[in-house]
Amino acid sequence: MDEPIIEALEPPKPAPTGLNIVVCIKQVPDSAQIRVHPVTNTIMRQGVPTIINPYDLFALEEALRLRDEYGGQVTVLSMGPPMAEDALRRALGLGADKAVLITDRRFAGSDTLATSFALTAALTTLAEERPIDIVFTGKQTIDGDTAQVGPGIARRMGLNQLTYVSAIDSLDLAAQGIVVRRRSEGGVQVLRSKLPCLITMLEDTNTIRRGTVQDLLRAARADVTVWSAEQAGVEDPMKCGLRGSPTVVKRVFAPSPRAEKAEMVTVEGKTPAQIGDALIDLLFARDPKLEAVVTAAAR
Amino acid sequence: MTDHFDAIVVGAGPSGNAAAYVMAKAGLSVLQIDRGEYPGSKNVQGAILYSDALERIIPDFRDSAPLERHVVEQRFWMLSEKSHTGAQYRSDDFNEEKPNRYTILRAQFDKWFSKQVRAAGAILITETTVKDLVKNDAGKVIGVLTDREGGPIFADVVVLAEGVNGVVGQRAGLRPEIKPNHVALAVKETHFLPEETIRERFNLAGEEDGVVIEVIGSVSSGMVGTGFLYTNKESISIGVGCILSDFAQTRVPPYELLDRFKRHPSVAPLLKGAEMKEYVAHLIPEGGYDAIPTLTGDGWLIVGDAGQFVNAVHREGSNLAMTSGRLAAESLIQLKAEGKPVTNENLKLYRDKLADSFVMKDLKKYRKVPHLLERNRQLLTTYPSALNRAFQSFLRVDGVDKRTKEAEALRDLKKARGGWLRMASDLFKVARAWR
Repeated sequence: MDEPIIEALEPPKPAPTGLNIVVCIKQVPDSAQIRVHPVTNTIMRQGVPTIINPYDLFALEEALRLRDEYGGQVTVLSMGPPMAEDALRRALGLGADKAVLITDRRFAGSDTLATSFALTAALTTLAEERPIDIVFTGKQTIDGDTAQVGPGIARRMGLNQLTYVSAIDSLDLAAQGIVVRRRSEGGVQVLRSKLPCLITMLEDTNTIRRGTVQDLLRAARADVTVWSAEQAGVEDPMKCGLRGSPTVVKRVFAPSPRAEKAEMVTVEGKTPAQIGDALIDLLFARDPKLEAVVTAAAR
Repeated sequence: MTDHFDAIVVGAGPSGNAAAYVMAKAGLSVLQIDRGEYPGSKNVQGAILYSDALERIIPDFRDSAPLERHVVEQRFWMLSEKSHTGAQYRSDDFNEEKPNRYTILRAQFDKWFSKQVRAAGAILITETTVKDLVKNDAGKVIGVLTDREGGPIFADVVVLAEGVNGVVGQRAGLRPEIKPNHVALAVKETHFLPEETIRERFNLAGEEDGVVIEVIGSVSSGMVGTGFLYTNKESISIGVGCILSDFAQTRVPPYELLDRFKRHPSVAPLLKGAEMKEYVAHLIPEGGYDAIPTLTGDGWLIVGDAGQFVNAVHREGSNLAMTSGRLAAESLIQLKAEGKPVTNENLKLYRDKLADSFVMKDLKKYRKVPHLLERNRQLLTTYPSALNRAFQSFLRVDGVDKRTKEAEALRDLKKARGGWLRMASDLFKVARAWR
């Protein structure tokens, strides 16, 4: 029975304390500086500066605040081309502790389904190292605008999803519980959830900090972990990239301005009701069909 | 933890990148600090890249740098209200394997240059403004303070590559505030045009060939200034710049000057149908040799626009910037190798290298030109107009005999300038300034 003795001789590893948070970020073209090619109508990406999806910065700041209060670490995770490393490095400069980029030709052409699948694989691989307490994402990206990737990850990882969160009211590390405010139609919901969970942060809920000189120097020197699909733990490449994306972009076009010109009409009346009646009479006189439709619907 | 570097370079323009690249390549630890969102986001130029200066830093830059067109033709225009008299030089010799001049778009070029700097081993931090220099008790510069928390960052030397209006050197009392008559204010627009259209309008053989037009005369509306028009791959850069004190005096808004230039009958057809993509403004140091500030001190030195290294006559600046950056770097590398401290005395090495280079030699050659133009506005107004009138009369066939025409042209010129003596004096002054 030698084994227990050998184990005892190894220095005890200090158990990690605090929260393990992963923030998913995306590098997007700076929409303020995007230009459309006058001839081909396609977006000219060449030379357009890239930024971290602005919504993700609210998620990152919220994650950093939780880390500062409860301890632990914040990892930023992104799927994208090799140049997305810039966005991760910038996140490190804002105070994140670790950065992981999953990049692979097989990820090219991913829609939201394939993206959430790939990110889930990477998150699962990260969780093997140390269980994740909270996954943060922004509300949505400014280039896709779907708000589907966060919920997609939550579903695949089996996490409670707290979307459109405007504030984190409290967090109890020992009891593994969290209370957040969520914007919903017609009001604010106060939700209690178990950890681990996934939170998508609303905009304007906080202000991203300015990293210190040391943060920036650390970010400039840091190694960003780069994983291929395989290293990220993707088991089924058919679920990746174009092949794993049921969404197909059929056509991109710039809407042409409407041909008919707007016209200003003037009616007179003493009371708002009189003005309203006069206006309706005028419109019906111009367009009898409209009158028929409206009166039929009113009956 | 305090960080200590061999050198801190303030600014990521041509001079700062050149200095940082050369030092990092030689194994020095270099920190470069830029206030822009990304390196070069605040940088503005016409822009022409002069290959030679960059070649001496990155010999194979053509393999990866984003270049627009190489210049095969240069036009010089003397503008009057409705006309221009021009000279142009075009040569197939410029279609060489390693062309001498290129048009570039600075936003892209600077990003590329910065990438090379980082690949060489320098550390870059952006969105960070250097607020002040840190000095020790003896007054030697030993580091910088930024607008971020985390205290000062230390280095053996601070290279001030902060551009024409950099305030670090000014605030630290190392260089005087720039004078309004020592800088030009230039405004520039970039207009999109399809590649084939540019090729046709400028009579170019390929999408790599480009034309440069430099303009004097009515373009500056009596102020000391010039205009330009450069062809890029899919766009045209057009701009005009005049001495800042002239703008202040005439109260002409710079954009109005540019609009007038764009509407000029010689220019408008070149821009027809183009879509404006970008509007920028920038200061250009044009005070020449006499405006150069003190360039070195204990623990610091100045490179690029901050040192007024612009040859306004030949429209050269970025090459002087890169060369001064390179010479500064080479001097600092040598000092480090010899184990010598970066004192003002030891930085004589840099001052000597500069004096020996075309940078100082050219600035010295044209030393009198800024003063000459400031005091002799007629050179940019009277003469171009008279020249245009003379050419028109020469070419117009209207029954007047040639001898009368010639006599009229001469009388016109004499009247415009107010006598032969004044003209002779102008000629003498120009010749003396040019020498």
